Amino acid sequence: MSRNTWKFHGGIHPPQNKQQSVSASIRQLPLPDKLILPLQQHIGAPGKVLVSVGDRVLKGQLLAQAKGFVSANLHAPSSGTVIDISDQPVQHPSGLPGKCIVIETDGKEQWCEINPIDDYRQMDATQLLATINNAGIVGMGGAGFPSHVKIGTQQTISTLILNAVECEPYITSDDLLMRERAAEIIEGLQILAFILNPKEILVGIEDNKPEAIAAMRRAAQESTEANPGAPCAVTIVSVPTIYPSGGEKQIIQILTGKEVPSGGLPSDLGIVCHNTGTVHAIRNAVIEGKPLISRITTMTGNLVTDPGNIEVLLGTPVSHLLQHTRTSANQIHRLIMGGPMMGFSMRSTEIPIVKTSNCIIAADDQEFPDAPPEQPCIRCGACAEVCPAKLLPQQLFFYSKSKEIDKAKHYNLMDCIECGACSFVCPSQIPLVQYFRFGKGEVRKSKIETDKSDRARMRFEAHQERLEKEAAAKEEKRQQRAAANALKKEKQAKAKLEKEAAEAANPSTAASTAQESSNEPSNNDADEALETLKSNATKASKRYQQAKKALQMAEKNGADNIDKLREKILQLETKASDAKKALKEALPSPAKKIPAKSDATPNNTPKETDTSAVIAAATARVKVKKAQNALMAAEASDASQEVLEHLSTNLNTARTELEQHAPSEPTTGEAQ
Amino acid sequence: MAFISVTSPHSHRANSTAGVMQQLLLATLPGVLALFWFFGWGILVQITLSVITAVLCEAGILYLRKKPIAFYLKDYSAVVTAVLLALAIPPIAPWWIVVIGTSFAMVFAKHLYGGLGSNPFNPAMVGYAFLLISFPLQMTTWLPSEGNFGASTGVENTLQLIFSSSPADDASNYDAFSGATPLDELKTQLDLDQSTDILQQQDVFKGFIAGAGWDWVNVAFLIGGCFLIWRKIISWHIPVGFLAGLGILAAAFSLYQPAQYASPLFHWFGGGCMLGAFFIATDPVSAATSDKGRFIYGFLIGLLIYIIRTFGGYPDAVAFAVLLLNLAAPTIDYYTQPRSYGHDKPNRGTAKKDS
Repeated sequence: MSRNTWKFHGGIHPPQNKQQSVSASIRQLPLPDKLILPLQQHIGAPGKVLVSVGDRVLKGQLLAQAKGFVSANLHAPSSGTVIDISDQPVQHPSGLPGKCIVIETDGKEQWCEINPIDDYRQMDATQLLATINNAGIVGMGGAGFPSHVKIGTQQTISTLILNAVECEPYITSDDLLMRERAAEIIEGLQILAFILNPKEILVGIEDNKPEAIAAMRRAAQESTEANPGAPCAVTIVSVPTIYPSGGEKQIIQILTGKEVPSGGLPSDLGIVCHNTGTVHAIRNAVIEGKPLISRITTMTGNLVTDPGNIEVLLGTPVSHLLQHTRTSANQIHRLIMGGPMMGFSMRSTEIPIVKTSNCIIAADDQEFPDAPPEQPCIRCGACAEVCPAKLLPQQLFFYSKSKEIDKAKHYNLMDCIECGACSFVCPSQIPLVQYFRFGKGEVRKSKIETDKSDRARMRFEAHQERLEKEAAAKEEKRQQRAAANALKKEKQAKAKLEKEAAEAANPSTAASTAQESSNEPSNNDADEALETLKSNATKASKRYQQAKKALQMAEKNGADNIDKLREKILQLETKASDAKKALKEALPSPAKKIPAKSDATPNNTPKETDTSAVIAAATARVKVKKAQNALMAAEASDASQEVLEHLSTNLNTARTELEQHAPSEPTTGEAQ
Repeated sequence: MAFISVTSPHSHRANSTAGVMQQLLLATLPGVLALFWFFGWGILVQITLSVITAVLCEAGILYLRKKPIAFYLKDYSAVVTAVLLALAIPPIAPWWIVVIGTSFAMVFAKHLYGGLGSNPFNPAMVGYAFLLISFPLQMTTWLPSEGNFGASTGVENTLQLIFSSSPADDASNYDAFSGATPLDELKTQLDLDQSTDILQQQDVFKGFIAGAGWDWVNVAFLIGGCFLIWRKIISWHIPVGFLAGLGILAAAFSLYQPAQYASPLFHWFGGGCMLGAFFIATDPVSAATSDKGRFIYGFLIGLLIYIIRTFGGYPDAVAFAVLLLNLAAPTIDYYTQPRSYGHDKPNRGTAKKDS
C-alpha cells in the first residue's frame, strides 16, 4: 500500500499540540437554547431567507436558499421558532456583524420530512448532485467552498483526493472522525467516485495520525471486499508530517507531483480534492437524507478543562461550548476559531459555530503570548526557505508595505496561500501574512480601479467618435443643401429669362400669359425642370443608397452612433412623408374640383368658361410649383427613393393637369 | 466580553534577530582566537574600541531619530558590524583609525540609509574601504605573526602602539615592529619580476599554505563559517559561490603561468578570504536574496577579488568586491526570482504594468 509521494517546497514543523484533544471520543452537548445561523457560512452569495420571525421550523427544514451558482442552502439544525433575523456577531475576521437567523429551540428535535436514498447506484449523477446541492454542503476544512460546484465540474476527473492531512496544530476533528467513522467516510468517497468516475481515489493522511490511518485502511479493505465490483479502490497514503501539507495545492503536489496552475483549479489537472468532514457530510446527505446541520469541532487550548471533539449543531454559540467543556472564560487571552496558523481570533464568545468551524482554541497568555514588536527585516531569507508557494516573502513584504502593486504582482503575491509559515519563522517577528493580505487587497482594489478607468476611457473615446461623425454628417448635409440651392437659383434665373423672352415675343398677351402660363415656353420650362428633377431624384436615390449602406456598415461594426444615424434617417423619412402628405392634400382637391368646374363650363358663358379655365390653369401651375418644391425639399433632405419617386409622379400628374387646362379655348372643350 | 483581535498565525518559532546576531558573534570566536594567537593583544583592543564606538554611535543616532534606544541596541547588529570591522583592521592600527572607521560605518553606512535592514552597502566594509583609502599606511601595517598570544610584543607595548599620541612620532618605532602581509608582499615581489618561487623562500610566507599565521586564521574563520551554515544562520550559496569564483580564476591563471600567479589555495587561505566569504559577503541585508541570486552574487565577488588582488592597486580586495556587488544585488535579484508554485517559468526582470 505504500505509494510514492512528492515533496513541496519549504514547510515548517510547528509544535503539534494535538494530543490534548485526541484522548476522548466524539461527544455531544445538551441542546443550546438558541441557535444563531449566519446566512454567510460559505464562499459566494449569502442565501435568500425563506422564513420570517415567528415561524415554527422543523429540524432539517430549509431556512435560506442558495442564491446563484456559488452559494449554499442553510437548514434548521433543530426544531423551534425563528425569533430574530438580524445582524449578529459572526465568524468573520473583520469582527463585523453579519445577518443571522436566530432560532429558539423547543427541545423536541422534530425532523422535517427527509428522503434517504437506499441505493445511490440506481440514481444518476445529476440527481445525486442535486441531493448534495440541496443539503447545503460546503468545504468544511476552512474555506467553505460549495461542494456541488467542485463535484459538478464539467472536466474529466481522473483522481479523487481525500484531504485528510489535517496539518494545522491543535485540530483533531478529522482525526477523530476517521478513527470513529472510517466506514462512513469511505462510503462517501464511493458516492463521489460514482458521480465523478475517477481512475483512482487517494486518501492523504499525515503520519502523525497512525490510528486514523489504520482505521481508514481497514474500512477501505472492507469496502473493497464488500463491493468487488466497485469502480476503483481507495488507496490510503501516509504522508510526512509537515505544515502546510493540508493545503489543497500542497496535498495535490504531495500525492501526484503535479502543480495546480497559477490562477487555475485542481480540476484543470483532472483532480478533485475534498476534506474529510465534507465527504462525511456528503455521505449523510445521500444515505440518510440529512442536510448539513452539524459538524465535528475540536475544543482545545490551555484553558479548556475537558478538551476533545464535539459533534455540535451549527449555530451553537461558542459560549455554550466553553461552558460545557468547563473552560475558564474569564481568563481567555485569545479565542481562536480554526488553527493557530490560519485561524482568526474572535472578539466575542457569542459567535456561533458555522460549517467551517473545525476548531476552537481558548488560550491564555502563556499559550499565545502577544507578539513582540516588529523589528526591521534583515532579508535573512528564512521566510523564502519555508514558503510552500516558493515565493520570496522578504521582497513581497517590501512591495506590499510600500504599495508597489506592480512589483508585488511581479513577485507573484497572488499565489500566496496565507499559510503563515513565513510569519512563523521570521526572526524579526514581522506579521508577514497580514502585510500580504493587505497587499492582495490593494491588488484587487487597483484591478477594480483599472477596470473602471478602462471603461470610462472607452466611453469617452466612443463619445468623441460619435461627435466627430455627427459633425461630418452635418457638414455633408450642408454641402448638399448648398448645391441644391445653387441649382434652384440657376433654374429660377433661367425661367425668368425665358418668361421675359416669351413676353417679348407676345407682348399683347403678356400680362395674362404671365399669369396663365399656357404657352409653349412655360411647358418647355416645366419639361426642363422635370428633367432636372428626375436626374436629381436619381442622384438623391443614389445618395440614399449610400447612406443605407453606411448605416449597414455602421451596424455591422457596432458603432456607437448607430442610434443617432437611425434617428436621423427616420427624421428624414418623416419629413419626406410629411411633404408627400402635403402634396397629396394639395393634389386630389383640384382633381375633383376641376372636373366639377369643367362640368359646369358648358352652361357657363364663354367668358365664365374662360375665367374658370384660367383659374384651373393657375391652380395647376401652383400645384406643379408646389410639387416641384416638395420634390426638391425632399431631395435636399435625403428622402428615400420611394418618396422621391412618389413626388416626381405627383409632379407629373400636376403637369398633365396643367397641360389640360393651359391651352385655353381649344382645350376647354376637350376638357369636357 | 471582547477579546483583542490578532491576525494569524498565532504561534511563532522562538527565534529572534538578536539570536541570529549572537550566533554570528559566536562564530567569529575561532577567528578571533587565531588572530590573537598570531598577532597578539591588538585584536582584542581593536574589538573593544570598535564595539564601544559602535554602541555609542548607534545610541546617539537612535536618540536623534527618536527611536527606542534599548529596543534597537538589543538586536546586537551594531556589535556585529563593529566586530567584523575590527577583525579586518590591523591589530596595531592607532586607536583613532578604528574609532573613525566604526563611527563612519554606523552613522553614514547604516543609519543615514535608514538603519538596520535598509542599508544598501555592508556597513563594516564601507568603514573599511573608507579607512583604506584615507589611511593606507596605517591600514596595511601588520606585525609579523608570533604564535604565542602576543607574549613577545606584550600588552603594554601593544597599548602603547595603539594609543601613542601621534603616529608620525613613532614612524621609526613602527618600522621596527611592523611589516607587510603575505598578500601585500607577494604582490610587491611579483611586480618586481620575482617568481612565485619566493613563496618557498621568504619568512613571511612560511605557513603551511599561504603565509605565516594567515592560513591558520583563514582556517579558523572557515570553521566559524561552517558553524553558521550548520546553524542555518547563513545558506551555503554565497560562500560556495565566492570560493568557486576566486578558485576558478586562480586555478586558470596559475595553470597557465605558475611562475606569475599564485595557486587557488594561496588565494583561499590568504588575506581576508574566509572572513569575507562567510561573514562579510553573507550579510543578508546588502546581498542578493534568492538562492540562485546568492550563488551568482558570491561567485562574482570571488571573481572580482581575484582580479583586484592580481591586477589592481590593492593587495586585498574583499571590501571593494563586496561593495561593488552590493550595488549589483538588486539587479541580480530581478533576474533570479525562483519559479513559484503553479508557474511554468520564473518571472524575469522588472515589473511591467499589467503584468
